[in-house]
Amino acid sequence: MSFALTILGAVGQGLLWGIMALGVYITFRILNFADMTCDGSFALGGCVSVIMISAFHMNPFLSVIIAIGAGMLSGFITGFLHTKLKIPAILSGILTMIALYSINIRILGKKANVSLLKKETIVTKIKSWLPQSLTEGMIDSTLNSIVVLGFGLIMVIILIIILYWFFGTEAGSALRATGNNEDMIRALGQNTDRMKILGLVLGNGLVALSGAFVAQSQGYADVGMGQGAIVIGLASIVIGEVMSVLLGKKRTFYKKLSAIIIGSIIYRVIIAWVLKMGLDTSDLKLLTAVIVACALSIPGLRAQRRKAR
Amino acid sequence: MLRITDLCKSFNVGTINEKKVLDHLDLTLEEGDFVTVIGGNGAGKSTLLNMIAGVYLSDCGTITLEGKDVTRLPEHARAKFLGRVFQDPMKGTAANMQIQENLALAYRRGKKRGLRWGITEEEKKIYQESLKQLELGLEERMTSKVGLLSGGQRQAITLLMATLKKPKLLLLDEHTAALDPKTAAKVLDLTKQIVEKNNLTAVMVTHNMKDAIQIGNRLIMMHNGKIIYDVRGEEKEALKVADLLQKFEQATGGEFANDRMILA
Ligand SMILES: Nc1ncnc2c1ncn2[C@@H]1O[C@H](COP(=O)(O)OP(=O)(O)OP(=O)(O)O)[C@@H](O)[C@H]1O
Ligand SMILES: [Mg+2]
Repeated sequence: MSFALTILGAVGQGLLWGIMALGVYITFRILNFADMTCDGSFALGGCVSVIMISAFHMNPFLSVIIAIGAGMLSGFITGFLHTKLKIPAILSGILTMIALYSINIRILGKKANVSLLKKETIVTKIKSWLPQSLTEGMIDSTLNSIVVLGFGLIMVIILIIILYWFFGTEAGSALRATGNNEDMIRALGQNTDRMKILGLVLGNGLVALSGAFVAQSQGYADVGMGQGAIVIGLASIVIGEVMSVLLGKKRTFYKKLSAIIIGSIIYRVIIAWVLKMGLDTSDLKLLTAVIVACALSIPGLRAQRRKAR
Repeated sequence: MLRITDLCKSFNVGTINEKKVLDHLDLTLEEGDFVTVIGGNGAGKSTLLNMIAGVYLSDCGTITLEGKDVTRLPEHARAKFLGRVFQDPMKGTAANMQIQENLALAYRRGKKRGLRWGITEEEKKIYQESLKQLELGLEERMTSKVGLLSGGQRQAITLLMATLKKPKLLLLDEHTAALDPKTAAKVLDLTKQIVEKNNLTAVMVTHNMKDAIQIGNRLIMMHNGKIIYDVRGEEKEALKVADLLQKFEQATGGEFANDRMILA
């Protein structure tokens, strides 16, 4: 039973973190921009949302909107550094990320973490809406996991629909083309600087949204909560890509986006499982790095083998 | 329709690698001109086209297109006037996108891209018709990724994309040089067809002297960032490859035409 609960919790977390992976997918895969901002913007989303609730008694849903705005702004700054000030892509992201570390501590009122104990969150709000008969006799932590899972699933579905729509529009197509062949789309009259900024704004908006949800679901924000986010996002993407091979040949955009979420869930389940097996929490980053290194090297190695033959 | 006056461009200014690539160059194109451009490696042909397209901004001089001064206009803002095909077949198309998506991007050249759907059903019919004229069977593969196609097919599509919305000026930079001879001939043929049918003004850089003589109504030869020879009409038609070689040697003071020019 407790194992089933662990899995339940992992799946819920996988959904919330999956939103972050969607953001990373936009910058890293679609825009072809290794955006290091997201470590900072994930924590930023969490910090902004938590402080809005705890210090300003804001509606937890509304606090998420503010968090998205903050995340978008951080993406804009990275884009500005890169396109207007001509700083290399990776460095632009790192600069924003470093700056955000200080900013996040400021936001939390010079603290490294702020708790939402006894405060209203999305989870408590949704629980209060559920009919009593449904929730009676359920252990609180189980109920929390179920709420997170249900809410996460709905959010993920909505976001995938929005992203599918957006990347089918003229602007979305131009964004894809910018990541694919910048010279070409510029020759076709698109201001590529603007497209890069747009992609970073969208990506980091999603990352901050995810950070806000994660912070609310765990009941606190921590300045370090985004550490390694880009690698976790990549892990989800590559696990999803490996999985989508099983989904059949035709890779529609819907499938690609869904695969990322599935990748994120699998990642969380793996983590939950190895923790159960007795691995230390502090070993997780090493494990994640190994997973991503393996997954990223597969296409290259495969190509080499094909050549050797 | 295009007037270039006193255009200069140097690269790596202030370093030991400083190089004057365009040297006070003047060029005027008439409406409907189809100009072929020849010249040795490093003569500045690509740079000239890039300057017209706004890839680099000029050090001095002006460029006007149909009376509009575009000298300071950035590349993406000039795109609405220009169709371009590059030497590298990979450069003109987005490999991860479908054939029809690439065409849809080109169909919106110079237009603001908003939140309307990126490709409509009526457009698809237009694209299908345009693809048919390539005679490569691509109209049956509109949803294939461009990355799956050969260099020649991609170059044909790029040519189509450059002319899908009629450009004021078509810029072709050795756009058949990377293709095998048969494919190159085919793409060149298409080029002639499309330019004629749409009555386009075009500039085509080539290393093939025969093509340069046969195609278009005007030929210019470049050397060291200057136009050293400019013929049109009957005089151009009467040209022989030997004449061009001689002209080249004359202008460069005995310095021999490079291998690529002789072989071509
Ligand atoms: N972006 C750049 N930076 C520095 N130097 C450049 C740049 N672009 C071109 N050059 C130099 O300018 C000179 C002219 O180059 P350009 O490409 O215009 O020649 P070309 O006539 O097209 O030659 P080719 O026949 O080889 O294509 C060359 O010496 C080249 O090295
Ligand atoms: Mg050239």
